[in-house]
Amino acid sequence: MADHGKGRPPRVGDNKVFRRVLLTVVLLLVALMIVAPLVVIAVEAFSRGIGYFAKSIADPDTRHAILLTVVTALIAVPFNTAFGVAAAWAITKHDFPGKRLLTVVIEIPFSVSPIVAGVSYLFVYGLQGLFGHALQAADIKILFALPGIVLASMFVTGPFVARELIPLMQAQGRDLEEAATSLGASGWRTFFSVTLPNIKWALLYGVVLCNSRVMGEFGAVSVVSGNIRGQTNTLPLHIELLYHDYNAAGAFAAASILACLAIVTLVAKVALERRGAGRVQRPSALAGADSITPEVKP
Amino acid sequence: MKRILLLGVALAGLAAPLTAHAADKLLNASYDVARELFAAENEAFVKEHPGVTIDQSHAGTSKQARAIVEGLEADVVTFNQVTDIDFLVKNGFVAEDWQKKFPNNASPFYSFPSFLVRAGNPKHIKDWSDLARDDVKVIFPNPKTSGNARYTYLAATAYAKEAFNNDPAKVEAFVTKIFDNVPVFDTGGRAATTTFVEREIGDVIITFEAETRSIAKQYGEDKFEGVTPSVSLLAEFPVAVVDKVADAHGSRDLAKTYLDFLYSPEGQKVAAEFGHRVHDEKVAAEFKDQFPAIRLVNVDDVFGGWDKVSKEHFAEGGTLDKIYGSR
Repeated sequence: MADHGKGRPPRVGDNKVFRRVLLTVVLLLVALMIVAPLVVIAVEAFSRGIGYFAKSIADPDTRHAILLTVVTALIAVPFNTAFGVAAAWAITKHDFPGKRLLTVVIEIPFSVSPIVAGVSYLFVYGLQGLFGHALQAADIKILFALPGIVLASMFVTGPFVARELIPLMQAQGRDLEEAATSLGASGWRTFFSVTLPNIKWALLYGVVLCNSRVMGEFGAVSVVSGNIRGQTNTLPLHIELLYHDYNAAGAFAAASILACLAIVTLVAKVALERRGAGRVQRPSALAGADSITPEVKP
Repeated sequence: MKRILLLGVALAGLAAPLTAHAADKLLNASYDVARELFAAENEAFVKEHPGVTIDQSHAGTSKQARAIVEGLEADVVTFNQVTDIDFLVKNGFVAEDWQKKFPNNASPFYSFPSFLVRAGNPKHIKDWSDLARDDVKVIFPNPKTSGNARYTYLAATAYAKEAFNNDPAKVEAFVTKIFDNVPVFDTGGRAATTTFVEREIGDVIITFEAETRSIAKQYGEDKFEGVTPSVSLLAEFPVAVVDKVADAHGSRDLAKTYLDFLYSPEGQKVAAEFGHRVHDEKVAAEFKDQFPAIRLVNVDDVFGGWDKVSKEHFAEGGTLDKIYGSR
């Protein structure tokens, strides 16, 4: 055991052979499963030259698909964020009957295949479905239009924010909130000055995950979109369409846009984390409590 | 949930004016690989009818039929499966006599399962009988999941029925032999193309003649060559006005004009350029070199109609299951 020196107990990583094998396997898997496809996307996207790439992106249907995907995210993500925060707040900071059930219900979209989600929307909002005739009578279009796409995306990504927040908020406990309340802060104030600063990075992470999933969602949206070019074709659906047209270069050009959107969200996440890291010395919980104290009414 | 509903209703209100139809606008629900074909057809149509907009929706036609029944407001359908229009008939969206409303069984152009082999045809594949040879590897997708492959299965069966005088045992043995020569069954036509072209598996791929052209065009005309068998099965591309939707939109006249255009010399020419065989004699003569002669049989004559085919061949425990299961 002399190898290990320094008097600490042996650890798994101390075995050089083991460490190298493990590293090789992990790197190989990363290269095969993540790097290689990304490289292929980039290479294929430019396989017919940059001119063709530009032409593919400038295609009105592709541009509309990008716009539609961004609009969908702009609606679905804020809504799911609000929902996720509200749900996590209710579950971790309050006691009420049916709490366990709510926790389970929130997670349902994780265990349901997106295609099932899409089909179930057909059965609810479709012409043959539950509200189909009422909606048609009122001339309200949900399926095969923007609302259907947004709803399906929201269903699939519903749990992302809540899932990130619940474990963290559970670990943080309720002490700070109880202190704030006992000092007279209102519910809103407690939330914005105490809870929110404590969860903001987890919240942001949830938002980033939620966003990338909304933008990439295929299965559920595919069922409810109607695939109308230039109207209800989101970027992932558009990519499939181009691919089936033997327009591989166009498909990969569109896919590279999706990959870029993903990279932008990732970079945004890292950048925001960096900015947040600077404030770690001053625990945000204390900052929140500080700012409350002087203003508390007697 | 209530909030989701409210938001949905609010959004629907916002979206409604955008999707409202006037009679100068059509939505054509079509099959998944027809995007470029109809982009060209629509461009030609709009040139003749300025101010008209034709929107396109593309997906597998079974999915399209289901979507229309659930409320996708397509004024016309241009499908590649007769049975999917029958589904619309059953649900009251399309008139029962739709096949009589346009010429040629409401099918403006047609195709059939044909062969694409590697350049020089090294295995000398000429006809269906060559596909049953021991030294030939055949590529087509899984007939359980691909409509395209169902045509292939039926065409091979039709050939065998003629060659073996309708002897069911021999026909089954022949088709089974072809299935045994398929090294991998992909789920769809596009995946099968990838297997044949990019993974370079197999000596011959069987798909619609129009598809064999797009494959050669996309991946290099010098790398492949088309082989037209002696006989094949007519594959129709049926069109219909979706009466229920067209009446609601007041778009019936425009819908009919649009589908008629597909039969006009201009419309037929576009279809021929995309590798489809057409009925218009002048256009057919113009593209004669592209389309070697072939004898086509149809499902009604050989198999007694699609209903019978579904029951005898494609239903669970049917002939296809027996052949596919025996692999």
